Amino acid sequence: MLKSILFMLACLVFVAATPVKSGYDIGDVVADFKLKNVTGKSVSLADYKNSKGLIVVFDCNTCPYSKAYNERIIALNKKYAPQGYPLVAIQPNDPAQSPGDSFEEMIKQAEKKKYEFPYLLDETQVVSRAFGATNTPHTFVLKNEGGTFKVAYIGAIDDSSRDAAGAKKKYVEEAIEALLSGKDFPTLRTKAVGCSIKWKNA
Amino acid sequence: MRVPLSVILLLISLTLFAQPKAEIIKLKQLQEHIQAKTDKVKVINFWATWCAPCIKEMPLFEKLNAERQNVEVTLVSMDLDLDPNPEKVYKFLDRRKIKSQVLILDERDPNSWIDQVDKNWSGALPATIIINGKTGKRKFIERELHEGELEKLIAEVL
Repeated sequence: MLKSILFMLACLVFVAATPVKSGYDIGDVVADFKLKNVTGKSVSLADYKNSKGLIVVFDCNTCPYSKAYNERIIALNKKYAPQGYPLVAIQPNDPAQSPGDSFEEMIKQAEKKKYEFPYLLDETQVVSRAFGATNTPHTFVLKNEGGTFKVAYIGAIDDSSRDAAGAKKKYVEEAIEALLSGKDFPTLRTKAVGCSIKWKNA
Repeated sequence: MRVPLSVILLLISLTLFAQPKAEIIKLKQLQEHIQAKTDKVKVINFWATWCAPCIKEMPLFEKLNAERQNVEVTLVSMDLDLDPNPEKVYKFLDRRKIKSQVLILDERDPNSWIDQVDKNWSGALPATIIINGKTGKRKFIERELHEGELEKLIAEVL
C-alpha cells in the first residue's frame, strides 16, 4: 500500500518536473487530432493516412495576415492536394476574444471563399498548443512516413506578406517540391510577423 | 527665377502645420537603439495599427512614458511589413495623440531579421523588450501586457 502511494507521488513529481514543451520541432511525430469542420463533421489526422503528407495552416478570418495570404492558401491546396499534399486549416483563436472567428463566421468564410479543404475549429486550443502555433497564418508541412506524420517544415508560407508577386522565397512550395522529389531542402523553419493567437484566458 | 507667392505661402503653411512624424528606420537603426547605453530602462514595444491587443495595451506604455523619468518608451510599428504606405500609422498616432517615441520599421523578409531583434520572438504581435540601459539585462515578452505588469518587469531588470 505504502509502496504504491510512494510510486504515485513519484509519478506526480515527475510530471510536475517535466518542462513545458513549446510545440513540435522538425522531425517530431504529430499526435492524431480530431476537430470539428465547418461542414459539421469531424476531421482527424488519421483521415489522411493515404496521402503523402499534409499542409496544416493555423489560420483565421480576422487577422490581416490571414487575409493577405487567403488566396495563396487556397492556391496551395489547389496545387498540392492532387499531388498528395492536401491542406487543412485550423482556426485557433478563442471566439470570446475574437468574435469574428466564431464557428458561425468560419462557416461563412468557408462558403464565401469556396474552401475545398477542411476549416476546423480548435475549440479547446489543445491542438494549437501541441503544434506550438504562435500566430496566424502559421504553417506546418507534415510528411507521412508509413502511417505516422512527421513535421518537415514550420513557419511562413513565403517571404512576402504584402503580396504574392513580391515573394522571392516560397518556403512551403520549396519544402513540398523537395519532399515530392525526395530531396533535402535548406529552410526547415522560418519566422514571420503575424497576429498572435488569441488564447483563452487562463 | 522668381518663385510665385502662392508657392511660398504653401511651403510656409506646410512647415507650420506639419506634425513631428514618426521616423522610418531600418533594422540597423533599431539594433543601435536596442544596444545604445543609457542610464534609463528601455521599454521597446512592437505593435501595428491592425493589432487589437497592441492597441489595448498601448495606454500602459503611454502612462509609463509620461510618469517614469528613468524609463524610455519606444513604440516600434511593424505596419510596413503588410502595407508600404505609412499614412495609416501617422493618422493613428495623430488621432490617439500618442506622446511616446515612435519608430516605423521598414524591412521585408521578416525571417531574415526577427532573430536579430530577439531569438525568443516568433514574430507575433504584440511583443515587448525591457532592457536595463546600463547593464544590458533584458526581458522579452510575447503577449499583451496588463495593468501592473510593466512595473514588475522593469523591477526585474534593475
